[in-house]
Amino acid sequence: MTITPETVAFAIMSVLVLGGGLGVVSSRNLIHAALYLALTLFGVAGLYALFEAPFLAAVQVLVYLGAIAVLVTITIMVTRRLMGITENVNRQWPVAALIAVLAAAILGFVVISQFAGVYPTQAVPPDTIERMGQSFASHQGFLLPFEVASVLLLAAMIGAIVVARD
Amino acid sequence: MIPLHLYLLVSAGLFCMGIYGVLARRNAVAILMGIELMLNAVNINLVAFWRYISPESLNGQVFAIFVFAVAAAEAAVGLALIISIYRNRETVIAEDVNILKW
Repeated sequence: MTITPETVAFAIMSVLVLGGGLGVVSSRNLIHAALYLALTLFGVAGLYALFEAPFLAAVQVLVYLGAIAVLVTITIMVTRRLMGITENVNRQWPVAALIAVLAAAILGFVVISQFAGVYPTQAVPPDTIERMGQSFASHQGFLLPFEVASVLLLAAMIGAIVVARD
Repeated sequence: MIPLHLYLLVSAGLFCMGIYGVLARRNAVAILMGIELMLNAVNINLVAFWRYISPESLNGQVFAIFVFAVAAAEAAVGLALIISIYRNRETVIAEDVNILKW
């Protein structure tokens, strides 16, 4: 594989994603875990940009980095008084690690045996975002799932307010 | 171009870290962070298959956007539950919240 700007960008984003993920599950300090989570989410946004899906990259930064990472950080700060816990993993962590390693082995085997060396055959159509917007508003497209998602978000918003209120 | 399996391997690694985080961490916020990692891994897979198999269809990207919406709803409700539990029971450790355990 020759070194092109794309491979360099892929290497950087993969290191951000995997290193951040490792930091999220291994940090004792939860604030550090939240910052590693933000790193991972930024790396995933970079991967979307590499997939030529700029809209998804922007939504990833807005929704995940702008909303979810901030929400997690605020929750950690609100519940901070009990953060001085010495052990951060429970008794079943060896079993959890075993399951994770087994799942990684199975997924890696399937990926290598089924999808090795697949390259894109077509270019991304330049009007993808436009067609996506139209499909969200047409009966032939995704109008019903779109409306259901908006009802879900409304229900989640009201539910979160009711549950977290004094 | 990057071959598809490299993206899928990154996504598989992220998913397995999420599994470990969900199963092994004690703090409920850390468990939610593990779930976010798994959702992101799934989204990488969806968009990778969209780009490499069928970029002329919209399904992969649209599915990823619905995963975004569900993840946002899940994070909001989950964190509200954690704050509520913290107010009532003074703990955010998942195994200490055992009132429903038989």
